[in-house]
Amino acid sequence: MLRVYPFFLEAALLTIQLSVLTCILGLACGALGASMRLSRLAPLRWIAATYVSLFRGTPALIQVFILYFGGPQIGINLDAFTAGTIALGVNIGAYMTETIRGAILSVDKGQTEAARTLGMSRWETMRKVVLPQAARMMIRPLGVNINALIKGTALLAPISVLELTQTAQRFIGSTYKPFEMFLLAGILYMSIIYVVGHGINWLDRRARIT
Amino acid sequence: MGLDFSVVPSYFDTLLLGMGWTIAITISAGILSFFGGIVFAVTALYGHWLIRLPVRLFAWLFMGTPLLLQLFLIYFGLIQVGIDLPAFVAGVIGLGLHFAVYNSELIQASILAVDKGQYEGARTLGLSRGQTLRRIVIPQAVHAVIPPMGNNMIALLKDSALVSVIGVMELTLASQQAISRTYRPFEFYLAAAFLYYVINLALEAGLRRLERRIAASR
Repeated sequence: MLRVYPFFLEAALLTIQLSVLTCILGLACGALGASMRLSRLAPLRWIAATYVSLFRGTPALIQVFILYFGGPQIGINLDAFTAGTIALGVNIGAYMTETIRGAILSVDKGQTEAARTLGMSRWETMRKVVLPQAARMMIRPLGVNINALIKGTALLAPISVLELTQTAQRFIGSTYKPFEMFLLAGILYMSIIYVVGHGINWLDRRARIT
Repeated sequence: MGLDFSVVPSYFDTLLLGMGWTIAITISAGILSFFGGIVFAVTALYGHWLIRLPVRLFAWLFMGTPLLLQLFLIYFGLIQVGIDLPAFVAGVIGLGLHFAVYNSELIQASILAVDKGQYEGARTLGLSRGQTLRRIVIPQAVHAVIPPMGNNMIALLKDSALVSVIGVMELTLASQQAISRTYRPFEFYLAAAFLYYVINLALEAGLRRLERRIAASR
């Protein structure tokens, strides 16, 4: 049992790395998607709505498979880590689009009207009045998305990325101890989620005071 | 190698059969997650601490780890202790319990939100504690969380793709089978995605109707 620990720690680091990259890509897609969904230009709204509907309407696993296994057919050759990160990031971005949009829409309409009456431009109103308030409200729901994406990195096990779940699977072959291996991976996942959850709570509390 | 979708129709029956299994898994696991959610919620709130504690621990474990890991644990891990479940059963139990935990969180919050007067009124009318919960509190609490539980059902449908990894012949694995014969992953995974999307739209429409009926019955 002892000799497996270093491999699990390495896998946990890879899971963290995947989570961070997926999160950054997801937030970027989410911010872009939300601003398009709230745009005045109808075609932009349609594109973003289609993006959200398609990526939330099909399994993330299939999206990973399309990019990784199907990509080479249309000239996109990516290694498993890159393909997986992109697929998961774009997938969680669709959920984050709705989260961010929801938070922006939840800011009282009177705020926008007042700012516009005071002579601020649409962009100024968004940046100086609406977004600072919306940002506070989106911390907790984005935390839910982040929690889901950390667990979602396990979806890269089927394409052989050596993250926690794949590592557990590999050691079952050599140790014949499935219970212990999966439990060990489970404990590491929970530790990551525990720490991230506390970080989000801390952010949320701070954002509320000010 | 370009794209050639003309191979897809000849595997239509394979995909359709897989789609049937995906629907069967979603419905079975959905039913398990609904009733499991109610049982977990009630035991977590009102059970003896000897039951309450393991239920809470179980919920905590299931919410903190990936579904894929849980499926592996149920399918491969239980063999180690002598329980050899068929893949379909393991898949339904894994998906069902996973979403039961999420449903339970919703129902717990909803039970606590039911007006205290309802409970007191029922007790005053002579109903026992169990009767009050069963006939008065739980029906109201469950009724109130049908819409968010519907969202969990949609998530369950999409996560049912994960049981392909433990060898259940549903839509994802059926498309993989077609791919292994034709070497056309892009076409078949896209076809599978399309079929998932169709089931998803049908499920969403059904849930919207259900919500409207509930809203009307109030």
